[in-house]
Amino acid sequence: MSNETTPSRSEWPLWEVFIRGQHGMSHRHVGSLHAPDAEMAIKNARDVYTRRNEGVSIWVVEAKHIAATAPGEKGPFFEPSESKVYRHPTFFDIPDEVGHM
Amino acid sequence: MYAQMVKTASDGVKSREDMSPEEAAFQAKIDADIKIEPRDWMPEDYRRTLIRQIGQHAHSEVVGQLPEGNWITRAPTLERKMILLAKVQDEAGHGLYLYSAAETLGVSRDEMVEMLHAGKMKYSSIFNYPTLNWADIGAVGWLVDGAAIINQVALQRTSYGPYSRAMIRICKEESFHARQGYSAIMKMAFGTPEQKRMAQHAVNRLWFPALMMFGPSDKDSVHSEQSMAWKIKIKTNDELRQQFVDQTVPQILYLGLELPDPNIKWNEERGHYDFSDPDWSEFFNVLKGNGPCNTDRMKDRVGAWEDGEWVRDGLMAHARKKQARKDAAKIAAE
Repeated sequence: MSNETTPSRSEWPLWEVFIRGQHGMSHRHVGSLHAPDAEMAIKNARDVYTRRNEGVSIWVVEAKHIAATAPGEKGPFFEPSESKVYRHPTFFDIPDEVGHM
Repeated sequence: MYAQMVKTASDGVKSREDMSPEEAAFQAKIDADIKIEPRDWMPEDYRRTLIRQIGQHAHSEVVGQLPEGNWITRAPTLERKMILLAKVQDEAGHGLYLYSAAETLGVSRDEMVEMLHAGKMKYSSIFNYPTLNWADIGAVGWLVDGAAIINQVALQRTSYGPYSRAMIRICKEESFHARQGYSAIMKMAFGTPEQKRMAQHAVNRLWFPALMMFGPSDKDSVHSEQSMAWKIKIKTNDELRQQFVDQTVPQILYLGLELPDPNIKWNEERGHYDFSDPDWSEFFNVLKGNGPCNTDRMKDRVGAWEDGEWVRDGLMAHARKKQARKDAAKIAAE
């Protein structure tokens, strides 16, 4: 994802592009592009990011509308999940006799 | 590829003791192969050097469309025309990926384009050579994109996340370029004597310019040390050039063409091919703007930018008007 930059004169705004592939479970960020509006952003995204059948669905969103975690928070922000190993199924020993679970 | 002689904005590699705590933490991340991301702290010199390098790379992709565009209307068959169109379209895409990567460093695409047009940024010397016959198009795909792949495969491991991801995406598409080029030149080399002659001429003319793509010899490459410490340069110019020669010589021989340099010889001891250096005075002269096509290339780029201005402005004005109408309708409905 890109930082916001001050648009000089009539520079087209920046859009972030998300694509879901044929067998993809969800849309994934693939890159960015400039376009005057959403409609053109989708058309340009098709031309740039799906030239080799990479997708069956496209989302675009203007980069300035994306909120994100700050890199400096990485440690403390995600730390709470580190100590909760019991959330993973492999934490529990189930005897083989019980069968598949 | 296509970043040559990128001036590193630095006074040399600092020792750990001379680094600020931030710089030391930054270098430690790079040494541990952890990618640097856009909002992470980075030294100003790293940021400036990367803008220069990625910008030059992006400009090269875009200017690189021109010598090939010359042949779209002249391709020998409809199939070759479609393939060439697809390839040239890919190059535009590669330019976009790279401009986007550079934009994450806080420079806008329009600013970079304007710097190119003002002569403050460069593109690869290779695109200042003309494409005189159809065999040149084959040779460009095979040799020029082949050289680019060698550089770009190395750069997939670069320290800056967005640059690395752009390289990975580009490399996936680039091997189509090299293969379509080799397939076109195979057709010529195995064709009529006249076709074969054209293929030979193309190889003879483009060989040394292709070698120059890797930049000056290591002994004259003044910017390498810091860039390598930052992992925005992964291998030295001479290492990459040798890799290209070793890979390409057997491909020339397969075509039944003569080698473009009488000094190319397998060196058993080194386990590499020996070869002649390109004429470096020619290289520096082309970089200065005196190559066969520098003036034409810049004229075409600036022309396209200026002629397209009313379209860019018009579409933006239309988008604003549409948005204003939508907003007004929404207010009226409330």
